[in-house]
Amino acid sequence: MDVRAQIATTFHLDKCIGCHTCSLACNNLWTSRPGTEYMWWNNVETKPGTGYPTLWEDQDKYRGGWELKGNSLRPRLGGRVGMLTNLFYNPYLPAMDDYYEPWTYQYDHLFNAPQGPDQPTARPISKVTGQYLDLEAGPNWDDDLGGSPVYARNDVNLAKLTETEQQALFSIEQKVFFYLPRICNHCLNPGCVGVCPSGAIYKRAEDGVVLVSQEKCRGWRFCVSGCPYKKPYYNWNTGKSEKCILCYPRMETGQAPACFHSCVGRIRYIGVLLYDADRIEEITKVPEAELVAAQRSLILDPADPEVIAAAKKNGIDDEWLEAARKSPTYKFVKEWEVALPLHSEFRTLPMLFYIPPLLPVVATTENGNYNVADSEFFGSIETSRIPIQYMASLFSAGNEEIIKKALRILWAVRSSQQASRVGLIDEDVAAAQLAEAGITAEIAEEISRLTALPRVADRYVLPPYHREMAIEELTGDTQQHKYEVGFGSTQSPRRGP
Amino acid sequence: MIDFIVFAVLPYVALAIAIVGLIWRYRTDQFSFSSVSSQFLENRKLFWGSVPWHYGIILILLGHLFGVLFPSGVMAFNGVPVRLYVLEVTGLALGLLVLVGLVFLLLRRGTDERIRSVTTRMDLLLLLLLLLSIITGLGTAIFYRWGSGWYVQTATPYLRSLFTLSPAVGYMASMPLLVKIHAVNASVILAVFPFTRLVHMLSVPLAYLWRPYQIVLWGRRRIRQ
Ligand code: HEM
Ligand code: SF4
Repeated sequence: MDVRAQIATTFHLDKCIGCHTCSLACNNLWTSRPGTEYMWWNNVETKPGTGYPTLWEDQDKYRGGWELKGNSLRPRLGGRVGMLTNLFYNPYLPAMDDYYEPWTYQYDHLFNAPQGPDQPTARPISKVTGQYLDLEAGPNWDDDLGGSPVYARNDVNLAKLTETEQQALFSIEQKVFFYLPRICNHCLNPGCVGVCPSGAIYKRAEDGVVLVSQEKCRGWRFCVSGCPYKKPYYNWNTGKSEKCILCYPRMETGQAPACFHSCVGRIRYIGVLLYDADRIEEITKVPEAELVAAQRSLILDPADPEVIAAAKKNGIDDEWLEAARKSPTYKFVKEWEVALPLHSEFRTLPMLFYIPPLLPVVATTENGNYNVADSEFFGSIETSRIPIQYMASLFSAGNEEIIKKALRILWAVRSSQQASRVGLIDEDVAAAQLAEAGITAEIAEEISRLTALPRVADRYVLPPYHREMAIEELTGDTQQHKYEVGFGSTQSPRRGP
Repeated sequence: MIDFIVFAVLPYVALAIAIVGLIWRYRTDQFSFSSVSSQFLENRKLFWGSVPWHYGIILILLGHLFGVLFPSGVMAFNGVPVRLYVLEVTGLALGLLVLVGLVFLLLRRGTDERIRSVTTRMDLLLLLLLLLSIITGLGTAIFYRWGSGWYVQTATPYLRSLFTLSPAVGYMASMPLLVKIHAVNASVILAVFPFTRLVHMLSVPLAYLWRPYQIVLWGRRRIRQ
């Protein structure tokens, strides 16, 4: 057993209001430099929809993630030699038009325009070329367009639905959507690391954060294709790739990452998971339907004395173990099994988990009238407005049982809280639902508390990093590096000659 | 005298500039050590430029190197006329491939708005120098036939003499002007090498062929041991 710690996260999709505050917090902090404007390390997508960059989930197009060939796992991008022959031109690279061309507005024209018959306007100008731009795409261009023929229709997750199910999703009365906020998953078997020819991307063993060394990166851009989630971005100005750093400078000083800190819907949870690194390889090779369960089995119980002993041997200290025991992610993912990884079929073992949305309000239309009251107020998961299969395509590699189980639990929690606090639902009905979901009333109460009433300290359980100790361990004598350590790069990031 | 300067002094000066320049660039600005790819900004024209250009130029450069390293091998190979024709035609075809690629690259740099906005003077200078190389090289191949034969009897001993620090200028002095320009231009490219994106040649990531897929780094080495 090779125990390692991972800072892992949970997003509660029922709570996401799609306000994009997270995206802006991140963008203000990290990606407002020339060349990075289009990088949304954190973005919020409308589902069903095509996402950002357009059709990122379509791995026939972009070849991200891993594929199982016989008993060996290799990047979908190809074998090692084959990849090197593509160095001169990467055929699977999403280009700027798959994202959008960043722009600003010609504000000075508002002040400097000569007097004339019309009000001056501020026209959009490209941040790349400085020329006028006809806007055809932008950040969140498909925001809230859940039923749109352009975006929602082309969602690759719809492929498995029947024609009638699809029809139902797109009829105007049935139109439905939810938000999918995405950051880098800081995977256990990252595709980006696996395809980087320069070996510039690495996973930090202490906390699992995946980073791109800007000094080592030579700009071959394979990480952009190789990550199935399209979370490394190519900086067109410096010629290097950059990606979400999980705000490690903030975490090292005890603060939650900026997107977590600013989350208005309070959907985000962050905490430590312990996992067995020895079993990663084996887990990445199980059949698709078993992936979610296998990934869960990789996560170790932080209260188990054997795990604790093995963890200590690997240098995981008491404070981290304590944090692991309080970790909200551990509870959602492992104890309650309601949080699921996104697209585990990409086989990167993502460490960001989603609690699928319940979307419970079921309505009927009669003679063009929209009628909520007729139907059972809280519906049932079988009549879920978004077909289970669609959810399964997103969160359980097609395994519907896993989604049903999670939704049943969430539904039972909701019903039992309704029954005990509001009384719209019979206690018996609620009890039956709890039994069906296989959880006790106490657990339902706990889930409800962590979902609806958590305090900051419950949502963000970050252990102290003790960077000062890490520096001592690395360098021996801190005096020796007194004026060097921590100043980072002193070069201004500009395009090479 | 002029021959002495351009064929005996210039190559050494160029090499010195290249070495010192490279060390300086690597030490002060490793961050910029890459091909500064512009594929993200423009995807389609690049394919028609970069792919023929690179496959062609790498094979051509290897051909030049092969001629210097194994002249007798080349001569023996060319002993059979058919083989000589095949070699010559292959060389010419590669030359044309490279020319096409380079023209695409230049047009792309010149016409695409997004690419223009990230193009430096050095980018253009480099492409023009390379263009001169290709044109003089192709011209030599067309006007002075059987280059693969006389190359190993003239250029090879000249280049070898450079490496033994006893430059035999005579070989080059008697060459036609086109060949002379080709040789001088090569020195110039060598001299500007460290100050252009050409340094990307040195960062070819061969280690990728054998490294494990995953890279995990410990910040706290001491504890792990
Ligand atoms: C040895 C292996 C080489 C590799 C892996 C390589 C790779 C690359 C890559 C990735 C680019 C960027 C293309 C883009 O914009 O996306 C590039 C550009 C370029 N390469 Fe190479 N290259 C190699 C050798 C060479 C050689 C031998 C030469 C010439 C002597 C050369 C000349 C150039 C030039 C001039 C460009 C710029 C093209 C432009 O204007 O956009 N490369 N190379
Ligand atoms: S999600 Fe993050 S860690 Fe995983 S492959 Fe993509 S960039 Fe790498």
